[in-house]
Amino acid sequence: MEFLRPSTLVEALEARSAHPDGVPIMGGTDVMVELNFDKRRPSALIDLTRVPELTEWGADGDHTRLGAGVPYTTIIEHLAGSAPALAKASRSVASPQIRNRGTVGGNLGGASPAGESHPPLLATDAEIELASVRGTRRVRARDFYLSLRTTALREDELITAILLPEPTGPQQFAKIGTRNAMVIAVTSFSLALDTRNRKVGTGVGSAGPTPLRAEAAEEFLEAEFDWEDGRPLAEPVVRRFGDLVAAAARPIDDQRGSAEYRKHALSVMARRALSWSVTDYRKGSARCA
Amino acid sequence: MRVSFKVNGENVTADDVWPGESLLYVLRERLGLPGSKNACEQGECGSCTVYFDGVTACSCMIAAGQAEGREVRTVEGLARKEGVGGDRALSDVQEAFVEAGAVQCGFCTPGLLVQTDDLLENTVGAGKGAPADAEIREALAGNLCRCTGYEKIIDAVHLAAGRRAEAGSGS
Repeated sequence: MEFLRPSTLVEALEARSAHPDGVPIMGGTDVMVELNFDKRRPSALIDLTRVPELTEWGADGDHTRLGAGVPYTTIIEHLAGSAPALAKASRSVASPQIRNRGTVGGNLGGASPAGESHPPLLATDAEIELASVRGTRRVRARDFYLSLRTTALREDELITAILLPEPTGPQQFAKIGTRNAMVIAVTSFSLALDTRNRKVGTGVGSAGPTPLRAEAAEEFLEAEFDWEDGRPLAEPVVRRFGDLVAAAARPIDDQRGSAEYRKHALSVMARRALSWSVTDYRKGSARCA
Repeated sequence: MRVSFKVNGENVTADDVWPGESLLYVLRERLGLPGSKNACEQGECGSCTVYFDGVTACSCMIAAGQAEGREVRTVEGLARKEGVGGDRALSDVQEAFVEAGAVQCGFCTPGLLVQTDDLLENTVGAGKGAPADAEIREALAGNLCRCTGYEKIIDAVHLAAGRRAEAGSGS
């Protein structure tokens, strides 16, 4: 096994191109588990921790550009305002030690359906920047997850950044687990209201082979939500929204929970996220008035 | 491969390192620093917690080569050196763990000591006052202890925080 230490993005892309069966490593919180347990013996580890471009973040037009190697702790400390749903999801990741190392880029590279980053990226219509020696392209999170642990990432590409749209309304994240820390989600849900375009975004985690959206629920809420005043929604509307989110899930029974429980939990989380959003929306309107 | 970095203020070099091994393995098996414990090897238990460039991390999840040129502080580095070549004195956090009875089998203790030290640096040390119970539980959520039930550990953190605050205001 080779250990490659590129110190610029160009070097990293060349290393990736030269070692298609190599494994990029950043925080190591997924990759090292596989190495420690003899589950993987790649020909090379491509250490990305010395590539400065990957750990930068900041405003980029009407987006926040988040380097793929920025740890969750930084997102929590600095991006709560510009990426509320992702910051909320980041707070629920594992433990302080893991949040100091783990990154959204790693979450996307591993593409576990339980990854905390995915529902907020889907709900907020984030874009993912992929680079190779051939060039750079952007893929919407909504087009990134293809099948179980398979994504649009090509074998010579690295995930370099995530483009997070400026929030234009309430964003929520909720997750179910057996305790408050150190748990892989039984299921998770994110909701984002785009008040400028009157669009609703959803993201569902750990309830299907890939992270997924509840598109029927989005369309339903776009029609029912009071975009003028954010008046509380009628009980049947809230219930219907929860049911539509649960209906979009394609969960299985496993050691963390049954399919039936996951659907139930999703409907409850969806209703809660909606009521939190209505509260936030009204607070936001009050400030503007 | 060869890996050189700084541990507890000293420059060290490990040779014959397999590129896939962890920093934890290098510390324990190549550098004679067995304080950091190897329990789960998947970041779940926190018993291998070290400072890595100033922030705490599970050393089992850091590839050896990623430590090249970096600064590591292990549980062995918490105790203060008393004079040149003198004995080491326990740190305030270590003293508090002993006094509060926060140690039973001791396997989780090194990780808890490092993580507690970090909590106190970021609270008392940053002028924010002593951490409350909820903050302590959050900070230590990634450190598993199967003996104590955590109550004595939390007592120890309070004890150390109080003393560090006192020492800080006195200086």
